[in-house]
Amino acid sequence: MNNLPFYLSQTFAQHALLAAIIVAIICGIIGPFVIMRGMAFAVHGTSELAFTGAAAGLLVDGNPLAGALCGTLIFASIIGLLGVRERERDSVIGVILAFGLGIGVLLLSFYHGFAVEATNILFGNIFGVSNGQLLALVLIGIGSTIAMLIMYRPLLFGSVDPDVAEARGVRLRLIGLLFLIVLAFAVTEASQIVGTLLVLSLAITPAAAAQRLSARPVMVTFISIAFALVASVGGLLVSLASGTIKTSVSITSISFMLYIFARLYSKNPSRKRATANSTTS
Amino acid sequence: MAQPMLTEAASEPVLSLKNATLRFGQRTLWEDLTLTVKPGEFVAILGPNGAGKTSLLKVLLGLNELAEGDIRIGGQLPHRGNSEIGYIPQQKSFDRDLPIRGRDLVHFGFDGHRFGFVRHDKNAWHRVDEVIKEVGATQYANSPIGLLSGGEQQRLRIAQALLGKPSLLLCDEPLLSLDLKSQQAVSELIDSYRKRFNTAVMLVTHDVNPVLTMVDRVLYLVGGKWAIGTPEEVLTTKCLSRLYGTPVDVLRVRDRIIVVNTSENEHHHIDKQPVETDHE
Repeated sequence: MNNLPFYLSQTFAQHALLAAIIVAIICGIIGPFVIMRGMAFAVHGTSELAFTGAAAGLLVDGNPLAGALCGTLIFASIIGLLGVRERERDSVIGVILAFGLGIGVLLLSFYHGFAVEATNILFGNIFGVSNGQLLALVLIGIGSTIAMLIMYRPLLFGSVDPDVAEARGVRLRLIGLLFLIVLAFAVTEASQIVGTLLVLSLAITPAAAAQRLSARPVMVTFISIAFALVASVGGLLVSLASGTIKTSVSITSISFMLYIFARLYSKNPSRKRATANSTTS
Repeated sequence: MAQPMLTEAASEPVLSLKNATLRFGQRTLWEDLTLTVKPGEFVAILGPNGAGKTSLLKVLLGLNELAEGDIRIGGQLPHRGNSEIGYIPQQKSFDRDLPIRGRDLVHFGFDGHRFGFVRHDKNAWHRVDEVIKEVGATQYANSPIGLLSGGEQQRLRIAQALLGKPSLLLCDEPLLSLDLKSQQAVSELIDSYRKRFNTAVMLVTHDVNPVLTMVDRVLYLVGGKWAIGTPEEVLTTKCLSRLYGTPVDVLRVRDRIIVVNTSENEHHHIDKQPVETDHE
């Protein structure tokens, strides 16, 4: 426990902290939309393709981040450009996911570097963030956040009520594709921190918990960001303090506990139907 | 000099279609459709499934393009996101956990389609609450949309469509899957609004009866052919038999209209069709 202040004065821990914050913010923002659009499986598929991409990146020039980004972007473009309908989408994702994962395993079998690099892709390594990677994470994070803020309204409208949104002039396919691209960036970021296997713990769980606590879209987004921050920063600190627990483990655990807490607490009145004598404001 | 121009603008039709034809690939949904709709007019669009009723609305919304002919809405070509048009779809079930309240759904009608940063606009929310009050939905406007009944939802959808004070209201089966009482309430709401603000209404429905006393004219689409006129003109045995190309009887029972197919072999076809089928 006493090691914590010492660690926090070290560059590697500061890098990790900054990375955790950026990833939490972008995951917190996309989470509610992932749920509204029923895209949990798409997130999982995207992160599996981040694995394939990272393996390729590692093999080609030892740069898993660039590889992961390529993998997720290619995957997102395929899903988006096929314009797959919701029901078809999951099976298409399943097909590509399975194939992509197979390729990933193949690529890794060609890799003869450090074995730890391979497990880092799957389970994340927040402490391995280099200066260059941190810069990339910051830029991607800021870019994705701005993109989400700009398309927030049409994305929300199109996710909640696609028919009316289209009638009002929202271009559903464009919006869907843009969201998939942001998703690809966000998933790539998250996979650096918690690993490709555990991305859902930041991209879904905080938003799912937030939805239990409020019915207001903006409020849900804020709660989702807050929960993601608590999970990622909290998980990082727990990991540093304990010295033995892996960061991705503590992050997923905290994230899960927040969800349980939200479910238990969801007797909140805002989630109930307003009664006849409620306010008129 | 300004005076005649003003009156000319006032009498200008909200919508005009001239020799309009809609095709999807080889299939012609309707052709040579000519029709003008004046401000404040209530037109019901009837016809069997696949006759192109919803597709007609999509043409007006700028989502489908005509194969031939001309179309003007308020003198302009149709385009996406036309602020002159309000749109009300059929009721649908929302996820119970969906983090959207009734008020948020209405607020979409304000700027929900626009890109750009969200700003909290007090005036917009004030206007949202005003319209919600007008449609009588204040009581449940703060409830999550997934917990509302079909009738309550439709009131909020009307509020959303009315937010921008449209001159043309397009309704696609707004009464479908509502109970009788809600059907009446929702159609009366639409009717009273169009009278107050002289808004033209085009309402697609498979059952004309809930709106029969309100409609000025009926547009009936069947298998590429069409007829337009007052309900008395169009909803007749002669007119519908001609459109369907098969004997059809139209019965009037008090205020209701019942369409009966008398040729058994066409039973299947007519069963999917509008108004009401009555087979004993």
